[in-house]
Amino acid sequence: MNLTDLLKNKSLWVKQETLKLHKRAPGTRIASSLSCIEILVVLYYGKILSCDPKNIQWDTRDRFIVSKAHGSVSLYPILADFGFFEKEELKKISKEGAILGDIPDNSIPGFETINGSLGHGLGVACGVALALKRKNLNAKVFVLSGDGELYEGSVWEAIMFASHHKLDNLTLIIDNNKICMLDYCKNILNLEPLDDKFRSFGWMTKIVDGHDIEQLYHALADLKKDESNQPKVLIADTIKGKGVPRLENDSLCHIKALKEDEIDKIIMELT
Amino acid sequence: MRNVQSEVKVMRDALIERLFDKMQENEKIFLISADFGAPALDKLRENFKDRFINVGIAEQNLVNISAGLALEGFIVYAYAIAPFITMRAYEQIRVNLSLLSHTREINVNLIGVGGGLSYDVAGPTHHCIEDISIMRVLPNLMVCSPSDWALTEKFVDFSINVNKPKYIRLDGKQLPRIYHDPEEFNIENGFHELVQGKDVCLVSTGYMTHKALHVANKLRENNINIGVIDVFLLKPFNEDLIYNLLEKYEHIITLEEAFINKGGLDSMISCVLSNKASHIKLKRLGFGDKYVFDIGSRDYFHKLNNIDEEYIIKVIENASNNISRRTWNKSKRTYKKRNSKAYASR
Repeated sequence: MNLTDLLKNKSLWVKQETLKLHKRAPGTRIASSLSCIEILVVLYYGKILSCDPKNIQWDTRDRFIVSKAHGSVSLYPILADFGFFEKEELKKISKEGAILGDIPDNSIPGFETINGSLGHGLGVACGVALALKRKNLNAKVFVLSGDGELYEGSVWEAIMFASHHKLDNLTLIIDNNKICMLDYCKNILNLEPLDDKFRSFGWMTKIVDGHDIEQLYHALADLKKDESNQPKVLIADTIKGKGVPRLENDSLCHIKALKEDEIDKIIMELT
Repeated sequence: MRNVQSEVKVMRDALIERLFDKMQENEKIFLISADFGAPALDKLRENFKDRFINVGIAEQNLVNISAGLALEGFIVYAYAIAPFITMRAYEQIRVNLSLLSHTREINVNLIGVGGGLSYDVAGPTHHCIEDISIMRVLPNLMVCSPSDWALTEKFVDFSINVNKPKYIRLDGKQLPRIYHDPEEFNIENGFHELVQGKDVCLVSTGYMTHKALHVANKLRENNINIGVIDVFLLKPFNEDLIYNLLEKYEHIITLEEAFINKGGLDSMISCVLSNKASHIKLKRLGFGDKYVFDIGSRDYFHKLNNIDEEYIIKVIENASNNISRRTWNKSKRTYKKRNSKAYASR
């Protein structure tokens, strides 16, 4: 099987597993967790991230900071598949005594930081990226953030810091699903043109279709190799609630939960 | 007694000078500033260009960058004005220091310069009378409040070796030395009895410890011997240890440049007394539920808010009078009891 097919198969599997997790834990943010599945699959199964579940704190691992923690329940099946924790844990999600909750935190093996509150990931990642440079380690730092959290002022403090300190070992991936909790971002405070904003702050920018495995893979592989003295941002255009017709492009999909029998039907119809 | 006036110093200078020495021997130490300086800082940033970083006027990022560096094993001093580092960046402190250190060892030292009313005439945005309460609330975070520059130096040595997030509250003014031999006690005990007294004891922190000592010296001239306990570690603290000391007094007066009845030093002592079901009387001196908009000196603010020396002495005298009245009543009761017993036995 070639890499593209493998990544497509894995994406389908992660989608199914994420929906099953939502069935067990209806409080999970399903729409946000569906928009970043291909990004997560390419990072892990495409081996963009170097990680070792047997040695989680391995010094030269790539650091992956999930700033949009609420929308990363889809990372649970991947981490379980890689062996960061037992697959049985997926069945216990949000039950008493479980390690997995509705929103991931740093007590779960595989999560570097705690990010239930938005707008923190990039700043901490800048500190980590600077530290890696001072330690002369070749490891890279990847951050996954939503577009809505760019409203937090602290993110822009970090954006300025990253370019001033030439953190070219840092890549920010924006899951640009264009919807916040109550509405489309363009109706709240328009964030576009995002790439121009980043470019004017001294960042290297790239835009891809965030559901296109091949585009994502090539962009991330290129960005990881690049040493142009600039931090990089990959703006991945995505659809919030991808794969579930009644969520896709519903401006209120962030807060919508799916019903149990509905989930079984959606899983059967996934392609 | 030594002439202490010749040994005045600003705490932040003592901290930076000590850090300078430590940075020479330990390559893991970083100093990050939110565009806040000190004369002593100029030499440091010149010598350690790689390990001094100015993040700009951006306290939230100051804390986040510090957390990131500390996750990678560096020892970080995050340096800013006290009200801004604690309150502008409070959620960053909660999430990326307090919560994160539940699972990861991170040595971040938040250096807040200008605790209490150090920035007297700068006005209420620069006063910092909330910090003790709000920082004490956060789990995993240590709260340090040295009262002089010698203790500040000791806190530098201590903080390098303790892999936890800490808030170190420094006064902004030049102050005389209190501790001449800080090696003689364990800093982790959290407090030191500077003056042993009888009946009444002042328990203070930071700048107010200087006031407490002054009051104690004044009263000694009139043959009133009160105790003074300086609390420099507000979290964690050893309840049993401090109670052993408090127990010998009848009346405790807490003294701080901070809000009272809201979780500060007063609340900490009140909790100890309550947990021990103690009958020791407690009087809290500090700021009530309002900000200080007046312009003037620190002493002037103290007068307006009833924490000036004159008022403290009045409170002590009241306490002493109550104690002697109680003692008299008690002896009267004992006398009556004895007499009634004597009568019964007849």
